Amino acid sequence: MSILITAEGFSEDVWQTLPAGDELQQALPEGARFLFPLAFWQARRAEILARYPHVGLWLEPDAELSALFEAGDLPHFEVIAIHFPRFADGRGYSLARLLRERGQYAGELRAVGDVLHDQLFAMRRVGFDAWVLKDGKDAQKALSAFATFQNPYQGDVRQAPLFRRRNGTAA
Amino acid sequence: MYRYDDYDFALVRERATQFRDQVARWQAGELTEDEFRPLRLQNGLYVQRQAPMLRVAVPYGMISSAQLRALAHVARTWDKGYGHFTTRHNLQFNWPRIEDCPDILDYLAQVEMHAIQTSGNCIRNITTDPFAGVAPDEVINPLPLAEILRQWSSFHPEFAFLPRKFKIAISGAREDRVLGWFNDVGLRLSAPENGEPGFTVIIGGGLGRTPVRGQVLREHLPWRHILTYLEAILRVYNLHGRRDNLYKARIKILVQSLGLEHFAQQVEAEWQHLKDGPATLTQAEYDRVSARFGAPAYKTLPDDDADFVLRKAENPAFARWAARCVHPHKQPGYAAVTLSLKAPGQAPGDIRAEQMEAAAALAEQFSFGEARSSQEQNLILADVEQGRLFEFWQIARSAHLATPTVGLLTDVTCCPGGEFCDLANAKSVPVAHAIQARFQDLDYLFDLGDLKLNISGCINACSHHHVGHIGILGVDKNNAEYYQITIGGRVGNRARVGEIIGPSFPAAEVPDVVSEIIGVFVEQRRPDETFLDTVDRIGVAPFKNRVYTQRAHGTAKRPQQESVA
Repeated sequence: MSILITAEGFSEDVWQTLPAGDELQQALPEGARFLFPLAFWQARRAEILARYPHVGLWLEPDAELSALFEAGDLPHFEVIAIHFPRFADGRGYSLARLLRERGQYAGELRAVGDVLHDQLFAMRRVGFDAWVLKDGKDAQKALSAFATFQNPYQGDVRQAPLFRRRNGTAA
Repeated sequence: MYRYDDYDFALVRERATQFRDQVARWQAGELTEDEFRPLRLQNGLYVQRQAPMLRVAVPYGMISSAQLRALAHVARTWDKGYGHFTTRHNLQFNWPRIEDCPDILDYLAQVEMHAIQTSGNCIRNITTDPFAGVAPDEVINPLPLAEILRQWSSFHPEFAFLPRKFKIAISGAREDRVLGWFNDVGLRLSAPENGEPGFTVIIGGGLGRTPVRGQVLREHLPWRHILTYLEAILRVYNLHGRRDNLYKARIKILVQSLGLEHFAQQVEAEWQHLKDGPATLTQAEYDRVSARFGAPAYKTLPDDDADFVLRKAENPAFARWAARCVHPHKQPGYAAVTLSLKAPGQAPGDIRAEQMEAAAALAEQFSFGEARSSQEQNLILADVEQGRLFEFWQIARSAHLATPTVGLLTDVTCCPGGEFCDLANAKSVPVAHAIQARFQDLDYLFDLGDLKLNISGCINACSHHHVGHIGILGVDKNNAEYYQITIGGRVGNRARVGEIIGPSFPAAEVPDVVSEIIGVFVEQRRPDETFLDTVDRIGVAPFKNRVYTQRAHGTAKRPQQESVA
């Protein structure tokens, strides 16, 4: 079981991905908490909701979010995982922000895949609140990344831009 | 110029600390080369042919005397006593050791400098008009908005890993001096009568492998909306720009493949969600940033200074320098002055530590302690009293900063090329020097008039060869360095890419080819025509004919076997 990082510390990851060969028709697996790929969710929505009290979603970086928004799906998910196939693929940052700001998604938003220490700070700002680091990376050390900058310039999902937060006397 | 407040200082210091930690983790093997590369690039650190190269940001080209002195100190302490100004305002050090870079960045942070996002697939240093704030044709001073854009783009959390680099240029003058048509985004400020100042937004321009002139995405975008609008553009690009092919990843390719109209619809749809959100600018923020620039304490002076006029009449060398290096100013009695970094024998854009200090002293003595670096790789001192220009010139001359050739053929714009850069296919500086050596006669150069020569050592076009009146591009032919020539490119409002005249030449022939091109111009020009006027009137064919007829080109000079690739 992987270690899950949150801004508060570590926990064990209790969410599973679907077994390999996840064709859309496969039988729903035994278990409690799955991260269903987007297409699987969209094809089997009613069945999934009938079977599992806890539902998670797995998004690849090319995911099209508008259908999720329009169907009003987001409140069903306890967890949404966004996959980073390469850490330099930045699409997941925009997806995260869209889920939080446009979709008003309030559940856990986790980054999975090629997730590294130096990306955690920006990821937190766009709405991630959980991370599964790439294998072999030092999770304890990575926690220091959350303190990289005290007062970034831009607004993010947590706070307004600095120009709206300045007290006007700092000089 | 803009002075940091506590927040600004904290950010560059935190950045220096972050980078020190990244270097330490890379040294300890905790970060692989592949993991470290994008991190060091976003801090301007390349690993080059000879040594690492550190590109220090000069945000929108503004640099103070204190900063110039700090750069001189860096050059002496950690490099080989010189630096190189790029075509995008920044200054490159060619010889630092990676392990020294954290110390360099700590040192630079003290003088409000950094190397944030000077490379990498992120929003790069914003470029602007080196005559911002002083140009007579200026409508709105773009500097406060350039600083606002600097802050907004620094560590933007959503756009740190774009498909490719992203360059923004902003201008507020009638004439475009920022290559606005050839940036990922070109922003032109204008003030309609009875209307709020706003931007014309140009999208999808770029040079490099696929030169494309940008297109107007939107007119009259009210200035308060600039950040949300840019976020809409960048979000569409971040999500939909190609990531499978390095050469097709710039936004120009996305705009081309979607078509301007479809791209504009996507941006507009995205913007409707962001518009009027928290990133909408406020007058208070604009005023706060403007105030931190300070206002130059101009004296009330007559329009034309009598001493300046007299000195020019008495001293031909001074008059010659003034004709090329002194530029009009909107404040009566003042001038903007170019300090040329094109002294014979010095690589174009290179500046030695003692020249940095001389420029710092000149700026302090004559121009409110500020300078700007230009797209032509020179320094501009923007606020010099006309009555002190003669004294200024004498000092500048002794520092080899008064080469009177600005805007002439030998004011070459040139990248470091194959001697330094890992990407280059060919050397560029020796070609520049060979051409400069060929055209030393100042009377002749002055007679030729405005002529912009740009030399890039590879297709990435750092020296903007496509828009040189004469452009020279280094290419690799069967492992030999060859040079392809374009004619008729130009910057400005009518910016366009030059036309390739034909097959390329070996290095030794390039000065002859340039001589022949100039020969055609001299023979064909009408009184008062510039090189571009003549090219526009007679077309490229006469130049092509002269160059290739004399060489029986197409057969004799062409390598017998073209590379299959």
